Amino acid sequence: MKAVVTVMPKPAILDPAGVATGRAMEHLGLKGVRSVRIGKSIEIEVDGADEKKLHEIAHDLLSNPVVEDYKLDILS
Amino acid sequence: MAPIMKVAVIQFPGSNCDTDCQAALLSFPGVDAEIVWHKETSLAGYDAVVLPGGFSYGDYLRCGSIARFSPIMGAVRAAADAGVLVLGICNGFQILCEAGLLPGTLLRNNGLLFRCEHLHLRVENTDTPFTSVLHKGQVLDIPIAHGEGNYFADPETLAQIEANGQVLVRYCDASGNVTPEANPNGSLGNIAGICSHGRNVFGLMPHPERVCDPLLGGSEGRGIFQSMIEAVAQAKAK
Repeated sequence: MKAVVTVMPKPAILDPAGVATGRAMEHLGLKGVRSVRIGKSIEIEVDGADEKKLHEIAHDLLSNPVVEDYKLDILS
Repeated sequence: MAPIMKVAVIQFPGSNCDTDCQAALLSFPGVDAEIVWHKETSLAGYDAVVLPGGFSYGDYLRCGSIARFSPIMGAVRAAADAGVLVLGICNGFQILCEAGLLPGTLLRNNGLLFRCEHLHLRVENTDTPFTSVLHKGQVLDIPIAHGEGNYFADPETLAQIEANGQVLVRYCDASGNVTPEANPNGSLGNIAGICSHGRNVFGLMPHPERVCDPLLGGSEGRGIFQSMIEAVAQAKAK
């Protein structure tokens, strides 16, 4: 199985790295930057197809539910 | 003679304040402190546990997120549940939050800088095993050294820990005023350290072990360890 877990800061959480990167984009001439949010994309290849276990791992290890949301996509 | 307090200092791959913590603890009469490797699974015989600062697992994924699944953490959780004193300093605080032994989490500093400097902390609650020899409102000069120390909890959790007196230290100025300017990292409510609902788990970002000897910049961190010793001695006398 191939899967991708995308982890993003929750909308209410300030993402100072995203803010700083957005400012750099403006320095490079990109106009009208409204929001930049930085997360993680975690690609997983695993034998078998235990989707429930993957959700458990995405929730407990790959993301911190206090401040982050995750999305699990099964690619194949 | 048996020590008054026997402490396990947990060493994770990437811990770097472990021997500093051990040396600070050993400077107190009646204290024994041993380094315990994270692959161990028992903490039997220890009166207290310290999770030291550093960069466990290189801070990969999130600070403390991999260390919380180390084999020793089952024993740390069992010790915490049994009322044993557990102190997490800096990365140790991050690990305790990731493990759910303390509420909330530590985000990237709001100014993005790694802050390494002396600053002031105001003692908020002395009715705990970690602060009993200090005075409410006392200002401590203790250094910080972190990039992810921005304390965050959802509004409901924050209200609970405030109402329950779980905030033990806040960043303040030299006179003890809790101001935005005195906040080095954006922590909600200038929170520098919190304890558990049961009072026996304490995590803080500043490093008390670095100010336990006047020759090394101060001794204002000693009160936290002294309080722990007195709590353990009292519990044993019962």
